[in-house]
Amino acid sequence: MTLAASHGFLSPTGVEIAFLLVGLATFGAALVTVTTRQLVHAALWLVVTLGGLAVEYLLLTAEFIAWVQVLIYVGSVVVLLLFGLMLTKAPIGRSPDADSGNRWAALTVALAAAATLVWVVVDAFRTTWIDLDGPAEGSTRATGESLFQNWVLPFEALSVLLLAALVGAIVLSRKARADADEAGRARPNAGKADTDQADKEGAR
Amino acid sequence: MNDALDVALRLLIVFVVFLTFPLIIGQTEHKVMAHMQGRLGPMYAGGFHGWAQLVADGVKFAQKEDVVPTGADRRIFQLAPAVALLPYLLVLLAIPIGPSEGAVGQVLDAGIFFVLAVMGVGVLGSLMAGWASANKFSLLGGLRTAAQLLAYELPMLLAAASVAMAAGTVSLPGILDAFEWWWLPWQIVGAIVFFVAGLAELQRPPFDMPVADSEIIFGAYTEYTGLRFALFLLAEYAGIVVLCGLTTVLFLGGWHGPWGADGLGWVWTLLKTAVLAFLVIWLRVTYPRLREDQLQKLSWTLLVPLSLAQIALTGIVKVVM
Repeated sequence: MTLAASHGFLSPTGVEIAFLLVGLATFGAALVTVTTRQLVHAALWLVVTLGGLAVEYLLLTAEFIAWVQVLIYVGSVVVLLLFGLMLTKAPIGRSPDADSGNRWAALTVALAAAATLVWVVVDAFRTTWIDLDGPAEGSTRATGESLFQNWVLPFEALSVLLLAALVGAIVLSRKARADADEAGRARPNAGKADTDQADKEGAR
Repeated sequence: MNDALDVALRLLIVFVVFLTFPLIIGQTEHKVMAHMQGRLGPMYAGGFHGWAQLVADGVKFAQKEDVVPTGADRRIFQLAPAVALLPYLLVLLAIPIGPSEGAVGQVLDAGIFFVLAVMGVGVLGSLMAGWASANKFSLLGGLRTAAQLLAYELPMLLAAASVAMAAGTVSLPGILDAFEWWWLPWQIVGAIVFFVAGLAELQRPPFDMPVADSEIIFGAYTEYTGLRFALFLLAEYAGIVVLCGLTTVLFLGGWHGPWGADGLGWVWTLLKTAVLAFLVIWLRVTYPRLREDQLQKLSWTLLVPLSLAQIALTGIVKVVM
């Protein structure tokens, strides 16, 4: 409270202005991501959005989180997304069918989620200020200590969740193969081609 | 010294390194490859042993017409070389070459994460180029690039994590401060995994099927001409500088050496980097290109288990000691 009293909303510092501007740019990029009719452009605007978020983390002195954001989301998730797009269908130019009838429902859900998040964050951190002159509060050491001292249980639960997802993915890909094998036995003539196909899918 | 001047000077030095070192490695590649194959390589440009060959190449590239195919996605096609090149410039900022505070562009708290994250972004340039060219060969090249990145990012990260565990920090200067000579045999498996995975991420032979010229012309870069094509080539060589520098810093002890570590630390860093760069060139001349499935198999069945074993070994030694 004491720190909050010495900061006013009407005399912003340079960092706060930068934070706001980057936030606006990120928001704009996010809007373009969901409204553009060009599939690959949407993926690339997603890169801008996620990169903008990383810059916001940096401005909040959470350096570790920022780089992990770039590493995981920009470096891996978007590459996977682009890989999937290129593997299936990614025409150059507009895709007239790249639109959803659920647009209004999606907008409602997004607005509700945003309102909830903003409300929770404002309510929880309204009086918290980051002291930029002191030691970085989001440094790797600080993040690691709070993660492995106060939040070990959620951390471990998350890793179990990821493991379950991994096992589930393997089971699903195996299941397709087993089904194809049974189909192959039922029709001996077509069996060869089917197992070949299944082998390819299993290898994938 | 004035703060602003200090920052400007650092940026300038990093920029000069970024512009010259890749060219030096490119010229070395010309000469080393030639001599390994019983040729002389470039001999005329500039007079003495063709030292100005790459400068001449650069002038040639700058004079060529910058063609954008009609069917291409213009903006993304033109943006792609910058996305491929700039990350390596940023990574150079974080690599320390000497023991003192002043011998690194910018000290980063989470240096390892920064360099690996930003290097991963560079691959987006190849993907954009491959997709935006409106060419089947380019698209195939882009697909292969993505598949390769997905396969090799993991062992690279795991190998780097092993060093971070050993040093107890993720800052690059911090790792060098903690380095002892016996880390060399201790982390050798991780070093090899990191180097091989890095080669694959740079698409250098023997992992160059994304640009395999006998199969898909030049992969994602098929439609590029002139300066933009030169930028992609520059990105490849800047990538070699960055990979060799990182391997030196993480696994070979950077500025540590048998003697002279105080004043001449940066010489050790450059020397080790140069030896590794020579190794990269040597590998290109020696090994044939792997097939796509062989490449995936190498990563998932060999490099990932090896890097996991290295992490286990690091953990055991850390706990026992």
